[in-house]
Amino acid sequence: MAILIEKNTKIIVQGFTGKIGSFHAEEMIKYGSNIVGGVTPGKGGQTHLKLPVFNTVKEAVKNTGATTSILFVPPAFAADSAMEAADAGIKTCVAITDGIPSHDMIKIKRYMRRYSKLEKMTLIGPNCAGVISPGKSMLGIMPGHIYKEGKVGIIGRSGTLGYEAAQQLKNLNIGISTSVGIGGDPINGSSFRDIIEKFEEDKNTDAVLMIGEIGGPQEVAAGVFAKQNMKKPVIAYIAGLTAPKGRVMGHAGAIVSAYGESAVEKVELLKESGIIISKNPSVMGETVKLALNGKKN
Amino acid sequence: MDIHEYQAKKILSDFGVTIPRGGIAYSPENAENKAREIGGNKWVVKAQIHSGARGKAGGIIVCDTPLAVAQATDKLLGKKLVTNQTGPEGKIINRIYIEEATEIKKELYLGLVFDRSSESIMVVASTEGGMSVEEIAKKKPDSIIRSKIEVAVGMQNFQAREIAFGLGIEPELIRRAAETINGCYRAFSELDATMVEVNPLVISNQDQILALDCKMSFDNNALFRRNQVSELRDKTQENSNEVYASDRGLNYVSLEGNIGNIINGAGLAMASMDMIKLAGGEPANFLDVGGGATPEKIVKAFKLISMDEKVKVILINIFAGINRCDWVAEGIVQALEKIKIDMPLVIRLAGTNVEKGNKILKESKIKYIEASTLEDAANKAVKALKELKK
Repeated sequence: MAILIEKNTKIIVQGFTGKIGSFHAEEMIKYGSNIVGGVTPGKGGQTHLKLPVFNTVKEAVKNTGATTSILFVPPAFAADSAMEAADAGIKTCVAITDGIPSHDMIKIKRYMRRYSKLEKMTLIGPNCAGVISPGKSMLGIMPGHIYKEGKVGIIGRSGTLGYEAAQQLKNLNIGISTSVGIGGDPINGSSFRDIIEKFEEDKNTDAVLMIGEIGGPQEVAAGVFAKQNMKKPVIAYIAGLTAPKGRVMGHAGAIVSAYGESAVEKVELLKESGIIISKNPSVMGETVKLALNGKKN
Repeated sequence: MDIHEYQAKKILSDFGVTIPRGGIAYSPENAENKAREIGGNKWVVKAQIHSGARGKAGGIIVCDTPLAVAQATDKLLGKKLVTNQTGPEGKIINRIYIEEATEIKKELYLGLVFDRSSESIMVVASTEGGMSVEEIAKKKPDSIIRSKIEVAVGMQNFQAREIAFGLGIEPELIRRAAETINGCYRAFSELDATMVEVNPLVISNQDQILALDCKMSFDNNALFRRNQVSELRDKTQENSNEVYASDRGLNYVSLEGNIGNIINGAGLAMASMDMIKLAGGEPANFLDVGGGATPEKIVKAFKLISMDEKVKVILINIFAGINRCDWVAEGIVQALEKIKIDMPLVIRLAGTNVEKGNKILKESKIKYIEASTLEDAANKAVKALKELKK
């Protein structure tokens, strides 16, 4: 078991025939992901990477039985594509696109309110590295080989810092059940809390590593949820100790604008919720190892 | 992206918010003429820089004659104004806004921001205008009214009325106040703003509701569809190195320390800066060359860092994923053939093909310090800095 994606999960690529979509589709296929086709409006009927191309997500779903999509559509059209996926019955959609306006993200989330909890699509991202269940399926742009199969769940906002964590764990011979990049934007499809809940329910996840950063209330909200609902240990690292207030640090969402949003304040609030803190980014792996052995760093 | 006060006022007035009469001036003569055009017998001369707290810093001068307006303009133009928000280097005054003086009966605060918890637009209002919102929250927290607006349907009249009544506005002015609040909301929502702040929003002695000072910021990700907004960008108000970086697709923030950073990915960049701090050093910058860390981006990054005189040591930390460490190493070698760097260089590569990457660096002519982990890299950078000081 893992969360969100399994060995046989049927995946379609939105923005399939573009340069970036093609490149990463090939990487995912090489990893063993079950890519069954793609969508590029106007190119329906063609074949790309030996797979069928469809004009609409609905057609793709009808013909392939896909339940999952990954989105490489440019920012101006990405919101539209995400809503199209939701409407076509896609269950999990990862939006890789960086640069979607915040107002559009709010629009997508409001649009999805029309669906019942059971029908509703889980949107991951945007501006993220995607999801990987090591040894099973990769739905993202990460280097698959650095992830070892195992029982730690990872949730992070940053791509490369997530890779760093996966590598540290691999060096300690610790594997990962699923790693989820939720993205660096101020408004994202799924929050730390949404994903942490899935990990708590997953039988094959023993502990969860949250890699957060400055800005927004999400990490702290996940901490409060964990305190009330989680039995599995949660380890967290928050990046951005040196970030000045009011400045955007690369990620559109990495900006301290209110109390509780700086790295120091987040760490304090997470500690209050009983979250185990990785005191620096170099010891994320070791801190997880100690937690798995029932100790605190 | 931030804009000037006068630009924000023009936008709000297009959305039905009343603003005092005023005009922009680029010279003292210009300013004097504007004052005469505006008429009246009292004017406010306002330095246009991207910062609040201009009044306390001497950037706002009240004048009784058009001649005094010219003199005040002369005094401000071309100067750097240092406020508690600009940092010690201040910001250059290239434009002056001349405005008729308003007789104020009541000062209010009105702000609109994204609320990341509820993922809606939040209106924050208070009867204590003139102070910063942080100050209000500290000194008069009970005066703050908050109202969440559902973006799918927009601000409803009752919500605007509730805020207006909450501000203690007299019944005969409620309708106008609600229109003003709604105008600010529409500007926020229709132009992809991330912040609209009217502080103070005033009720004048003539019972007009006026936006006396305002600030607006916009979502950089939405500028592609807001030409009229992106045209308002004033690069003279931004750090010159940051402008250089953003024009070249690099994410860069200038900081106070002396260890320069070149890193791929925003999260890893922040984490590396944290390690520098924990090792006893101070980062000179945040610099994300993008997940891919292509050779071209690395060359640009070296150029940018070498423009910063504060930098004494450079730390490079690249986690190569889909791209490989050997490519990154080749990029670094190529970059250093083009740019001469006369300071200690600590390089940490990680990820795909790390051994090959390190081998390429070792066999090249570059003088550098190899590091293995994040912690090792930060410690070696701080150590190199200390040895320089000896």
